[in-house]
Amino acid sequence: MSIIQVSKLTKRYDDFVAVDGVDFKIDDGEIFGFLGPNGAGKTSTINMLTGLAKMTAGSAYIAGVDCNKDMKKVQQMIGIVPDESNLYGEMSGFDNLCFCASLYGIKKKEREKRAKELLEQFGLTNTGLKPFKAYSKGMKRKLTIAAGIIHAPKILFLDEPTTGIDVESARYIRKLVLDLNQKGTTIFLTTHYLEEAERLCDRIAFIVDGKIVHIGKVDALMQEAQQKHMMQFTIDKDAEKHKAFLEKRFVDYHIKAKNDTTITISSLPMTTLMPIMQCLEETGSTVYEAKRIKPSLEEVFVKITQTASVKTDTRKGGEAS
Amino acid sequence: MKGWIAFFNILMKDMKNYYLKPPNISWGIIFPVAWTLMFFIRSQTEVDVKAILPGVMSLSILFGTTSMLAVTITFERKSRSFERLLLAPIDLNLLMLAKTTGAILFGIVNAFVPVIFASFMVSLAQINWGVVLGSVVLIAITSTFLGLFIAVSVSEVFEAQTFSNFFRFPMIFLCGLFIPIGDLPLFLRPISYLLPLTYGADILKTAINNEGHIMLYVSFMILALFSVVLFAVSTNNIKKKWIV
Repeated sequence: MSIIQVSKLTKRYDDFVAVDGVDFKIDDGEIFGFLGPNGAGKTSTINMLTGLAKMTAGSAYIAGVDCNKDMKKVQQMIGIVPDESNLYGEMSGFDNLCFCASLYGIKKKEREKRAKELLEQFGLTNTGLKPFKAYSKGMKRKLTIAAGIIHAPKILFLDEPTTGIDVESARYIRKLVLDLNQKGTTIFLTTHYLEEAERLCDRIAFIVDGKIVHIGKVDALMQEAQQKHMMQFTIDKDAEKHKAFLEKRFVDYHIKAKNDTTITISSLPMTTLMPIMQCLEETGSTVYEAKRIKPSLEEVFVKITQTASVKTDTRKGGEAS
Repeated sequence: MKGWIAFFNILMKDMKNYYLKPPNISWGIIFPVAWTLMFFIRSQTEVDVKAILPGVMSLSILFGTTSMLAVTITFERKSRSFERLLLAPIDLNLLMLAKTTGAILFGIVNAFVPVIFASFMVSLAQINWGVVLGSVVLIAITSTFLGLFIAVSVSEVFEAQTFSNFFRFPMIFLCGLFIPIGDLPLFLRPISYLLPLTYGADILKTAINNEGHIMLYVSFMILALFSVVLFAVSTNNIKKKWIV
C-alpha cells in the first residue's frame, strides 16, 4: 500500500522549472532513495512534501492526506531531518529534544521520557546537558535525527544524513536508519553516497533537471548494470601501452587504463580472465592481480544522469534552433 | 490543546534563549534608564518629569520590542532553526503569536523601568493606572508586530536594525511626544496620524497628565486596528516569502 503518492508534482521559480511533473509512489515501510546531482530538484521536492514550499502544480498525498489541503495534518505524521543541523546552539541536547517534542503537542512527562530514551539510544547520555553548539559534527547529526523522530513519525524525510561526518558516526546512522525502518517507519532518503543508497534503499529514483529519469528496485538497477561484465587487471607498469595492444586483440571490449598499473575491461558477452592474462604476459607484462568487478551503483548513476543530461541538452538545443 | 503546548514552549524557549539573557536584560534596563536620565536631568520641576514620562515609556517599548523581535527572528531564519517551527504542525498564526508574545512582555517590562525611576522623584498618585496598563500593552503589541513586519521584510540581522531605524526615528519626532503635532509643519501632520505611536503616546499623555488630544476609545481602537493589520500583513508575507 502506498503511503506517499505524488502525481505531476511541479515547482517553478519564475522561468526556472525546479521540479517538472514528477510522479512516484512510496510503499508503507519502504526505504526510498531519492538521488540526483546538485540542483536536480531533490530539496524542492522534499520542501513541497513537507510544507516548506508550495506546489506550482500537481498533487501529493501522504497517508491519504492531501498536502495541498491539510499540510498541518501531514506534518503531524512526518519527521524531517534537514541536510544541516538546525537545532538551537545555546540549548542542551536534552532541552532541544524536549522542545522539538513540544512542537508536536507532547506533554512534559512524556517528552522528557522520550528525550532521555533517545539520548541513551544515540549514545549521547553523557553529553545530554551540554549546549548543542559544543557537540561534534557527528553528535550534532545524531541529535538532529533524534529530534526528527522524537514524535515517532510514520514517515521520516532524511536529507543527506551522513554528509560531512566521521566514518563511525555515518555507520551508526546507517544502522539506525535500518532499525527505524524495521520498526515500521517509512524512510525517504536523499544522499550523495551511492554506496549508502545501495546498502539502505529498497527502491531508488534518479532525478535530473527536475525530472525522474529512472525509478526502480536497487537489485533491478544493479542487475541492469551487471549485464556488462567487468574485469580489472593490476600489472607492473605501462598500462597505457598494454591497453593499446589489448584493443587490437579484443576489438569488442571497452578497455581503459585507470592508471599506470591498472587496466579495466568491460564487455557485453561473458569472458574468462585467462585469455586476457595470457595476452598481457605475451606483451611482457607481469600480472599481479586479475579479478571480476561488480559495477557500482555509482556507475549506474553516472550513466543515467549523463544520458538524461545529454537528452535534455539535445532537446534544449533543438528547441533553441 | 496540542497547539497551546507548542505555543507555551516556544514562548518559554524564547524567554530563556533571548529575553532573559544578561545582555538583553541589561539592554532592557539600560535603554529605558538612559532615556529616563537624559530627560529627567534636563527636567527642572515635578511637572517636567511627569510631562516626559509618556514619551520615555513609549520609546522604551518601541525600541525594546522592534529591535528584539526583528533581530531574533532574522537570526533564527539565518541559522535555519525557524524552519523547524514552520515544519511543525502548528497553525501559522499561533506560531507567530508565540514568537511575538515574548517581545510583547519584554516591551511591557521595559515601559515600567522609567515609571520606577519617576516614582522616586515625583508623586504618581494621580495617574490612571488602568488606562496606562492598557495603552502599554497595546503599544507593546503594535511595536512588536511592527518588528515582525520588519523581520519578514529583511534577510540579514544588520538589515533588521537599519530597517527598524527607518521606522523608529521618524516616529520619535512625528508622534507628538516631544514636538506637539500642532507645531509640526502642515505637510507633516497627516503623516503623524498614520503612525501608531501617535495614538499610544496620546493615551499615555491623557492617563498621566490629562493632556491628550484624541478621544481615548478612538486611540485604543486605532492601535488595535494597527495591531491586526500589521499581524495580518506579516503572516501573509511569511506565507508568500518563506513558504515559497
